[in-house]
Amino acid sequence: MLNVLLHNGRVICPETNTDDMLDVLILEGVIADVGRSLTTKKSLETHDLRGKIVAPGFLDMHVHLREPGYEHKETIETGCAAAAAGGFTGVCCMPNTNPPIDNESTVRFVKRKAAAIMGGLVDVFPIAAVTKGREGKELAPIGELYEAGAVAFSDDGSPVANAEVMRRALEYVKMFDAPIIQHAEEVSLTKGGAMNEGFVSTAIGMPAMPPIAEELIVARDIALVKYIGGRYHVAHVSTAGSLELVRRAKTQGLRVTCEVTPHHFTLTDEAVRGFDTNRKMNPPLRTQDDIEAIKAGLRDGTIDVIASDHAPHSFDEKQVEFISAPFGIVGLETAVALAITELIAANVLTWLQLVRKFSVAPRSILQLVVPKIQPQEKANLTLLDPEIQWVVDVNKFKSKSKNSPFHGKRLTGKAVGIINNGILHLTKD
Amino acid sequence: MPLKSQHLLGLEGMPREDIELILETASTFREVLERPIKKVPTLQGMTVANLFFESSTRTRTSFELAERRLSADVVNFGVVGSSVSKGETLKDTAQNIEAMKVDMVVIRHSASGAPHFLSKVLRSVIINAGDGWHEHPTQALLDMYTLKEKFGKIDGLRIGIVGDISHSRVALSNIYGLRAMGAVISVCGPATLIPRQLGDLGIAVHYDIDEVLCNVDALIVLRIQLERHAEALFPSVREYHLRYGITRERLEKAEHPIAILHPGPINRDVELSADVADSEHSLILQQVLNGVAVRMAVLYLLGTARSDHK
Repeated sequence: MLNVLLHNGRVICPETNTDDMLDVLILEGVIADVGRSLTTKKSLETHDLRGKIVAPGFLDMHVHLREPGYEHKETIETGCAAAAAGGFTGVCCMPNTNPPIDNESTVRFVKRKAAAIMGGLVDVFPIAAVTKGREGKELAPIGELYEAGAVAFSDDGSPVANAEVMRRALEYVKMFDAPIIQHAEEVSLTKGGAMNEGFVSTAIGMPAMPPIAEELIVARDIALVKYIGGRYHVAHVSTAGSLELVRRAKTQGLRVTCEVTPHHFTLTDEAVRGFDTNRKMNPPLRTQDDIEAIKAGLRDGTIDVIASDHAPHSFDEKQVEFISAPFGIVGLETAVALAITELIAANVLTWLQLVRKFSVAPRSILQLVVPKIQPQEKANLTLLDPEIQWVVDVNKFKSKSKNSPFHGKRLTGKAVGIINNGILHLTKD
Repeated sequence: MPLKSQHLLGLEGMPREDIELILETASTFREVLERPIKKVPTLQGMTVANLFFESSTRTRTSFELAERRLSADVVNFGVVGSSVSKGETLKDTAQNIEAMKVDMVVIRHSASGAPHFLSKVLRSVIINAGDGWHEHPTQALLDMYTLKEKFGKIDGLRIGIVGDISHSRVALSNIYGLRAMGAVISVCGPATLIPRQLGDLGIAVHYDIDEVLCNVDALIVLRIQLERHAEALFPSVREYHLRYGITRERLEKAEHPIAILHPGPINRDVELSADVADSEHSLILQQVLNGVAVRMAVLYLLGTARSDHK
């Protein structure tokens, strides 16, 4: 069992309103004490975390683990290793596997597999499909899926396109108080599109997806939430217009939340010039105005969560003409560093706010226990080096796939380890 | 290296001096095309592969003639009945052909950016013969050559481009090239066929063709794809012809001579009426002849740079 003293770290815990240099004593995997200069038995394993941050464990609520069915891209094992390396003690995995997570057997399969990896270090919470086969027509067995362990429902990869189906889904899910996570895309507007519709798509002659394709569905769904109730979460929000809609919905007291990916606050569609398929994802990279709106949304709380949308694809799959390449990039191993690099130094977020976006908010939305750094709480911690400068090398990723636009990019900040389920895991390069 | 880039992927960002060099070189080769023996040994020993993933008669033939007149060895690859129809990827197809020691690859493909992709996975010189909605640089170069031949210069020339601008690689390459050479450009077409932010490229956007005709010296007429009406982009060929068809009556209303260019193939009596296509205004056949000379120039400039490097 885990007995360890974390000495001299900067403990940042939003739930206890803590931001201070404190020791954390963990006995039998549970936090025994938090305070200054704790004294312990000399034989106790001690780690000097001077200069490091000790935060409640981060949860990435939007990850594609690809198993079952697409194990050439990623497996639950390699995905969990990538999560741990990225500083996450938990992930939520999306149901666009093969077979999809639209039946309780697949939910149990994923959970069972995850529990056996690295001693159960990383918690995996499956997100199940809203509709059977993710086809958007008939509701999946939401009740049974929830009982089996699904924490939310999404057809991600695809929107729930039909308004009646979305209405019934929001209505049904009220019984379980779990959110519907929507990949907001009006597909009739985006058919054939491979990037954001804007000046860049015009300049490079690329079929494109207008921002209103996202906004139309967000607007429609918010109106449904107003009429029906239920809880609604916008996946990977990417446009200023969508954020305006979410902001207004929140002021009206509607139970609407949203998440943003690090690539959407780091890169614009200018990155697509040159046709590198590691800049192709859905929703696509947008404009600088959208980045500014995202940063404002992070600051004012319109955006609740930062989640990576980790979408592994094999090298061969991405080594094709831009229009033919699958959408998506990996993100578990760069998410936290990108957030630190882009948001902390530029004073978009304080450390407390950043920790909230990664640790507290996703769990609140998913009705999961929010880890606190105080005595008698299970030790569920993310350890960060906030200042370290490093260069991304995709060949060192624990993920099976290397499809990242950030190879060679210099970043500030990195996870140095995690503690969860009685295990201390330090990242080794 | 005479040109800034070792490939010809597009005219976006091509310096004016490079365009001028290509046009000057083309004029030398244009003279070769008037000789009884229309051949020079310049690229002897070089192998050029024409990878045409979209069917094309005129561009493919034009490139092939240019290659043969330079004494290069030519290999043709078409899609029908090829390994592509068996599911082979673009990358594998191209690498397999390159493995047979090909020096230059001329590629036409329906995917924007396909030539750029090949330039990263192959060692050959890559020449873009048209990629999706992106660029068709040799077409724009031959259009500019034809305009220069007719008017003596391109600076200050007022050029209109009419048709389906959104889906036209000919339009975009011409916009980049003509802009670099100092022309004043207007585009015209139904609002559904002009990209929303095209004006940001520094050109005037019009929806009324008669307005445009009053203010241009030459008009590049684009082929309208008849299937686009199924995508809710315009109602019918009839409506397109009524509003944008270039007819003799329309040209006469402009009250000054306007040179007519068209990349071909023409939908007679849709975008261009038959009598205009065959009239004294039309530079279409000159375009075709100049096309071979311009392609010879491009192959020569890039091919000799490559062999100088070896």
